[in-house]
Amino acid sequence: MIDVITFLITGAIVLGGGIGVIVLSNPVRAALSLVASFFGVAVLFIMQQAHFLAFVQVVVYAGAIVVLFLFVIMLLGVDRHEDIRAEPLAGQRPAAGLLGLMVLALILGGLFLSGPGGDDGAVALTGTKSRTAPISQLSESDSDITVLAQDLFTRNIVAVQATALLLTIATVGAVVFVRNKGGEDVVIDDPGTARR
Amino acid sequence: MVVTDTWYLVLSALLFTIGFVGLLVRRNPLIMFMCVELMLNAVNITFVTFANALDDVAGRTAVFFVLVVAAAEVVVGLALVVALMRRRPLLSADDLTALRG
Repeated sequence: MIDVITFLITGAIVLGGGIGVIVLSNPVRAALSLVASFFGVAVLFIMQQAHFLAFVQVVVYAGAIVVLFLFVIMLLGVDRHEDIRAEPLAGQRPAAGLLGLMVLALILGGLFLSGPGGDDGAVALTGTKSRTAPISQLSESDSDITVLAQDLFTRNIVAVQATALLLTIATVGAVVFVRNKGGEDVVIDDPGTARR
Repeated sequence: MVVTDTWYLVLSALLFTIGFVGLLVRRNPLIMFMCVELMLNAVNITFVTFANALDDVAGRTAVFFVLVVAAAEVVVGLALVVALMRRRPLLSADDLTALRG
């Protein structure tokens, strides 16, 4: 029962935060709303015994990424209300809402309508269980980080190294983008004098 | 009444849809990035749920990689936004027409 109550409260926070991101006109408030949503997702991870991922969720998403967003908002001075009541492209919002409903119907249809039914209305999950490494083999003293680390550093070692390379490239790329060469303004939108 | 995997999957579908609609509706590039993050989080919930349902750690490993790629994406994306907004403040996504033929 406590599970259900926790889930309902957390779900309300996650969805409310998500809706806040898309309806609030002030970017700072949207970013703070995003933090609420991320924390809710972290609670959902804890409810599913993924404690390490919940920790990383809070540190990386709610910490680093949102702080980066807020930093850029403040740096650029765009922390003012924008007028989101005006609709520059006629019919864009109804079309977007309709598309969103279609995507939702597609996902829920795949969940509830296709394949053999499970006991709670959704599709019964088929597939090989524990193909790579089981989670449930953990003893009480082990945390979930043990099995995750074993999978990361044995089966996925090449991918781990590739992400290290990716992060390095992203950092260098960010520096290259925002570097101001000798005080010149970088012309981006004029095709005649475009240079990087 | 217990919380089953289906509850998580439905919540994840709703969160994904919110991010999707926000990406289509909003014009501020920063908010659009936030909506992408919402969609990535929805997918992360799905990964963790399936990892538990199939008792397989590969789903959690996938969440880890999604986190890393999301961080890299935000760094590059925000650098782009900064470079563009320096040039013209209060940029909207509609102004990015440099590739129009």
